[in-house]
Amino acid sequence: MNIWEIIIITVIKIGAILTIMLLTVSYLVYFERRISAWIQSRLGPNRVGWEGILQPFADVFKLLLKEDISPVAANKFIHGLAPFIAVFVAFSTYAVIPIGPDVTIFGYSIQLVVADVNIGVLYVLALTSLGVYGLTFAGWSSGSKYSLLGGIRSSAQMISYEVSMGFSVGGVLLMAGSLSPIAIVEAQYGWMWNAIVQPIGFITFTVAAFAETNRLPFDLPEAEPELVGGYHTEYSSMKFAGFFLAEYANMIIAAGMIVTLYLGGWQVPYIDKLGLGEIVTALMQVGSFFVKMGAILFFFIWVRWSIPRFRYDQLMNLGWKVMFPLSLINIVWVAALIMIFNL
Amino acid sequence: MNLELIIFIVLALTGAISAVGMITRPNPVISALFLIFNFFALAGLYLLLNAQFISIVQIIVYAGAIMVLFLFVIMLLRTGEEPKLFSEKKHIKYFAIVIAVLVFVQLGYLIFYEAPSEYISQRVQQSMEAGTIENIGQQLYTTYMIPFEAAGFLLLAATIGALVLAKKNFE
Repeated sequence: MNIWEIIIITVIKIGAILTIMLLTVSYLVYFERRISAWIQSRLGPNRVGWEGILQPFADVFKLLLKEDISPVAANKFIHGLAPFIAVFVAFSTYAVIPIGPDVTIFGYSIQLVVADVNIGVLYVLALTSLGVYGLTFAGWSSGSKYSLLGGIRSSAQMISYEVSMGFSVGGVLLMAGSLSPIAIVEAQYGWMWNAIVQPIGFITFTVAAFAETNRLPFDLPEAEPELVGGYHTEYSSMKFAGFFLAEYANMIIAAGMIVTLYLGGWQVPYIDKLGLGEIVTALMQVGSFFVKMGAILFFFIWVRWSIPRFRYDQLMNLGWKVMFPLSLINIVWVAALIMIFNL
Repeated sequence: MNLELIIFIVLALTGAISAVGMITRPNPVISALFLIFNFFALAGLYLLLNAQFISIVQIIVYAGAIMVLFLFVIMLLRTGEEPKLFSEKKHIKYFAIVIAVLVFVQLGYLIFYEAPSEYISQRVQQSMEAGTIENIGQQLYTTYMIPFEAAGFLLLAATIGALVLAKKNFE
């Protein structure tokens, strides 16, 4: 393959991933509203199209037509920049998550991942640590105390939970012996899923993922009863939609990371023993990735509508005094497993 | 012109412009933003030099953690007095000029008289190949075990020190 073929294939992959992401994000909002309605014995949006299936488009048009207001006290430049940072970080993270094995299309062997970077996991951690800027700048530049408090809360929360997130990932890296997401998925062949081998790490990572995506029970940055709307109080129209988009895109990435690191990625246990054709196997594996991701996303929504919000000190105590030590225990546990069973 | 050179020029320009932006903006938050851009350009340059680990650590540690702390401090303190501080203390400016001249003379000497691009020594070659995370990990836990542990111990001591300072009255 020469350089132009590589560039064209990569651009096609980026386009495909972006389209899938944007569609999933808008439908995730729809499903969240429907599932929350179902949990609370309501109907939810069911008017636009069959069972409200066109609701996301109606929402986007509404947001496009809204007036874009930036407050007098705001720093205009940063106020406009913040949602872009949030969206950029949320979408570029997806480049390293593999959705399937290598497939051969038209004689080209194509990896079902935008970029097979051998430091993929670190790349994701680096970008999530940058995601905090979108929120902090939004909070500061709005020139409002509710926004500032929301922004500062978010940065403190995300920094705290990044620590336990990083240490839980440590266990996965020990098992796989590599930082490349593809190698991590391949190391979980059969039933050697990390969720089974290292359940503690799975739990700490999932909790940290909730905190990093600012989802309930950790949505203190925007806690509406105390902070009006938190860091995006002063945002309207498409800038607000940018944060909304970023939040849901982050949820999808968190789900993708959980599946890749702990639930075997695109692996279906022992599917290669069935003797199906290459195409069928690949399709089933890609399908299994999306099914697992959908299950995790449902879990995210389910938790949001079942558990009340933590108080701020409870959040910090949980992060530093429970999750952090647990993730350290997990590393020792994995290291001991590797030593005993010589994995 | 090959691809590597084009990428280098783009990154170097971003780095230089953001560095100038950082020291010339009166608003400290905007300065911090430029500094973050600068870190990104640097991380990109490290990637070009095949030092993936350093590059990603540059982003995680500097852009992701240290700058967030900086921003915290800038946002919570009132920094409106900052521009006045510099107009009052004029001699700081002359001091800065002296330092800048010294640094540029050193850099110029290195670039024009030592010509680093023409003599790639054995050790430079080795350090370029050692940039991958596997190599760094291997080296850290075998050859440089004791310095690594010592650095860890120092960091631990610093953390405890910070805790003691923050919590003045322990019961």
